[in-house]
Amino acid sequence: MKKLIVTASAVLASLTMVAGVAQAQERDLRIAFDVPYEPFEYKDENGELTGFEVELAEAMCEEMSANCEFVIQAWDGMIPGLLARKFDLIMSSMSITPERAERVLFSEPYYNTPGGWFAREDFDTDVTDMAAMEGLTVGVQRGTTMDTYVTEEMGGTVTINRYTTADDMVLDLEGQRLDVVFVDYPVGEQTILTKDGFKEVGEPVKLGEGVGVAMRKRDADLAKEVNAALATLKEDGTYDTIMNKYFAYDIKM
Amino acid sequence: MPEFLNELLSGNEIFVGSTIMEYWGGLVTTVQLVFLSLILGLILAVPLAIMRTSRNPLINGPIWLFTYVFRGTPLLIQLYIIYYGIAQIHGIQQTFWWDIFREAFYPALLAFTLNTAAYTTEIIRGAIIATPHGEIEAAKAYGMSWALRMRRIILPSAARRAVQAYSNEVIFMLHSSAIASVVTLVDLTGAARNIYSRFYAPFDAFIFVALIYMALTFLLVFAFRKLENYLLRHQRPVNG
Repeated sequence: MKKLIVTASAVLASLTMVAGVAQAQERDLRIAFDVPYEPFEYKDENGELTGFEVELAEAMCEEMSANCEFVIQAWDGMIPGLLARKFDLIMSSMSITPERAERVLFSEPYYNTPGGWFAREDFDTDVTDMAAMEGLTVGVQRGTTMDTYVTEEMGGTVTINRYTTADDMVLDLEGQRLDVVFVDYPVGEQTILTKDGFKEVGEPVKLGEGVGVAMRKRDADLAKEVNAALATLKEDGTYDTIMNKYFAYDIKM
Repeated sequence: MPEFLNELLSGNEIFVGSTIMEYWGGLVTTVQLVFLSLILGLILAVPLAIMRTSRNPLINGPIWLFTYVFRGTPLLIQLYIIYYGIAQIHGIQQTFWWDIFREAFYPALLAFTLNTAAYTTEIIRGAIIATPHGEIEAAKAYGMSWALRMRRIILPSAARRAVQAYSNEVIFMLHSSAIASVVTLVDLTGAARNIYSRFYAPFDAFIFVALIYMALTFLLVFAFRKLENYLLRHQRPVNG
């Protein structure tokens, strides 16, 4: 019995050593995205995962000399999936909020886009005028910073319909169930303004602290590496090259 | 909010007054939706079931098709078709129908009503078919007309046979109503999803709502046991 334990621990020790060496050379990281969320992460015509955040993630992995695997995860299960170790990083436009920071560790923000108001052509109400907005129905995506903003600023004034996907929301805007939607600006630009009969209304609203990479709280060392890599990319021009490929405006933070 | 509740709720950040009220609103919506769709579904199902037992294929056929379609497709798909489909009908927004179908409640109520009507029709039809021939022949021998026979003999005896299967349908309907939350309706599940996405606490948000569903189911089971006792009281031992 004693011999068995000794052998077992020797085997274990050698295994740990092998793993240790492997980690020093190239660490494995799994990064989660929720697709489609154009132009941040989506699949191109060939079914390849691409987009601003995907390319930024690729550049970051190279900078960290990590061996990265990309995972597709629906938004609802993002944080639970991270905590359950289904993946190690979330780079899927997750805005930094105090509530989320209770559960996960955020890197420094790497971009910030405003929320934008979109409606049908015939909409002519001032979205900042609470008296005029009284009784209208506003669509938001459930659990986003736009949801929090509308809930806090206009909760008692307007009816808020919450959607899981932007597609369902746009369908209801088209079908006239919604008077106006408040959605992440680039998403509105891609999914609503590309259709006939819709327009942007009011001014885009800067919300929150920006978007960061989310990690498990215990992975503080990983967070340091991620921050260092992002800082390098922002400085050496890689970030700007990728950003200019996808955006006509500045989202850098 | 009463003092003791405030004390009970202090020390956690999720179950505060506003979230409890959101759950309460969800409970009201769920109960309204399920109750109304069951009542309307049952009212529809009784005549449909009688028609379904007709030997005339022109009467029997369309009802068969209705129950086949609504039992043959998922309720979620029916809800999507009714909710998003109606909004796509050209010009519907200018008619009075839109006042009804603009809200998520009525499309959901329509889908649930038609779905439960289809299942209930088949449950009642099965019970009607199983009526012993002797009972019908005896009624005929008394000279009862078709309508009187239906009202006095066939339907009451069918109701006794159907009540157990129907209680299952009611409980399934309560649980199926959870999908109303996908069309923006804030029912119990919708409230739980909102609270979950606000606090990222799946266990707290969903276990709490699961307990409410269980309590509702318990009430239904209890009510149906009373009803069964009442309907089947002739089968109890005399001094039992």
